[in-house]
Amino acid sequence: MKFVQNIFDKTRPLVEKEGKRNILYPLHNAIETMAFVPDHTTHSGAHVRDAIDLKRTMITVIFAMVPALLFGMWNIGRLHYGAFGEESTWLDNFLFGALKMLPLITVTYAAGLGVEIFFAWKRNHAVNEGFLVSGLLIPMIMPVDIPLWMVAVSTIFAVLIGKEVFGGTGMNLLNPALTARAFAFFAYPTWMSGDQIWINTNGEEGAQLVDGYSGATAMGELATTVGQGLNNPATETVMAQFGSGGTYSMMNTFLGLIPGSIGETSALLILLGGLFLVFKGVGSWKIMLSFLVGGLAMATIFNAFAVNEFMGLNPIHQLLIGGFMFGMVFMATDPVSGSQTETGKYIYGFLAGFFGIMIRVFNPAYPEGIMLAILFMNVMAPLIDHYVVESNIKRRSKRLANA
Amino acid sequence: MSTEVKQKESLFSKKNQKLLSDPFNDDNPITVQVLGVCSALAITVKLEPAIVMSLSVMFVLGAGNVIISLIRNLIPNRIRIIVQLVVVASLVILVDQFLRAFAYDVSKQLSVFVGLIITNCIIMGRFEAFALANGPWKAFMDGIGNAIGYGAVLIAVAFFRELLGSGALLGIQVIPDSWYIANGGFYANNGFMLFPPMALIVVGLIIWVQRARNTKLIEEN
Repeated sequence: MKFVQNIFDKTRPLVEKEGKRNILYPLHNAIETMAFVPDHTTHSGAHVRDAIDLKRTMITVIFAMVPALLFGMWNIGRLHYGAFGEESTWLDNFLFGALKMLPLITVTYAAGLGVEIFFAWKRNHAVNEGFLVSGLLIPMIMPVDIPLWMVAVSTIFAVLIGKEVFGGTGMNLLNPALTARAFAFFAYPTWMSGDQIWINTNGEEGAQLVDGYSGATAMGELATTVGQGLNNPATETVMAQFGSGGTYSMMNTFLGLIPGSIGETSALLILLGGLFLVFKGVGSWKIMLSFLVGGLAMATIFNAFAVNEFMGLNPIHQLLIGGFMFGMVFMATDPVSGSQTETGKYIYGFLAGFFGIMIRVFNPAYPEGIMLAILFMNVMAPLIDHYVVESNIKRRSKRLANA
Repeated sequence: MSTEVKQKESLFSKKNQKLLSDPFNDDNPITVQVLGVCSALAITVKLEPAIVMSLSVMFVLGAGNVIISLIRNLIPNRIRIIVQLVVVASLVILVDQFLRAFAYDVSKQLSVFVGLIITNCIIMGRFEAFALANGPWKAFMDGIGNAIGYGAVLIAVAFFRELLGSGALLGIQVIPDSWYIANGGFYANNGFMLFPPMALIVVGLIIWVQRARNTKLIEEN
């Protein structure tokens, strides 16, 4: 790392106040503080220092995401070779997935950090770690075969409109990663939904897809049953896949052996990451719990009044498919765009889970209801907080009046 | 005495020129006064309707301002809104009939929004704020100026939405067909651009750029 530091040391005189290129100083400073620990200290006054800062919070979330990410890579390869009926070891699977995943991650970070550095330069502050988590979340919620430039455009849009417009990290109204996905979903629907995009089927010359191959997600299959009524023989083959031993059986959806966005499939590993976040105190267990309860409540209500197979799906199974778990653990718990008040967190989480399942089932054209529900609740979070604070004030002033 | 002074002022004096140029930037009806946003969202998917809409508004606002200004001393204050509405409505019907006669396709695309020029806040706003208190020439300049400011934003938004959303300008394909993924290329149109929310975002971006460049618009504190 010494030679990198030498580059910074050598160029510093150029960009400092008297230097020729002093217009580039914020840019220099931004990249340097990103690469190395800043060497300047606080000059005056007493400051409370805590062991946890933005960098540590962000890196904790990254750690929590790693299991689901690695599993996602392996799953890409497994589904790819499976589609051609080829034998493959777990290493083949993993390497194939890693080769697909690395460009996605690289492009996301390059695009997002590009915008961040530009604004750090313009606004004269250091590049902060705000994009660290978003940059890894975005590739995890994309389908495997999405063209890279679409990822880049979505990321730039998300950082620009989702974050920098409001003043940068910590000021954003919406979750940037979900903003990127929502943008991609509405802008390039052909590459973001359907049954062709979730499994990479670019085989070698002459390779044939196996008979009965289907690239649909669990929710894509379920959407076909809407409007068919309950216990219709026409939906029998679809629903058989959700029974034990089927492609989308409870066990498969729990372990994540199904097609879907790269990181969202394995409920088990996502929950593991969630436990880690709760244990480290970074993710809010209140949001996760109420999100789960909200989703379960809606799924149970649907189950009780089922008029089609999608509604009639076992509530637990309903929560295991699609992006519910991923949204619960990594998206809804975003400390910036979520509710800030403790009571508000319960309301926010509950409604996000509740509406997520509702959108998914009522409008199968928007299979990722969870994404829209969380974005919607992001917008509502300040309102929830406002009323929680108001009611606290009212209750206390009443208590004071009675005392 | 005072009328004499007014008459001496030349038609294109500095003051009158400002009436024409101010609404383009410093006092833009859409980006600064935030009027007429609904139509900016609704008819900017393609460039052609946006241009026709701008011209229609320019006619209605220019002519309306002059008429109101001419009869401003005859209008009883208490019923002035109704009088203004009658004037706008007549002019809008003229425009509507004209479009149906000579540009039927565009008139179909604009559909209800031609009629809705009547309720466009810019028009009533300029009548109330300017035409009722100024002479016909000044009112005319003000009307044309505001219509240009409105049209400029409309056309800019429509330009980006049609280019990025449909890959065309004025209905002519400008992005080569061979670029598209379906034809073996790499490009795809941005479907989001065809939705009204994106128009709002594009207007927002225009406001952002404008405010970054024009320091007069930045509020204190």
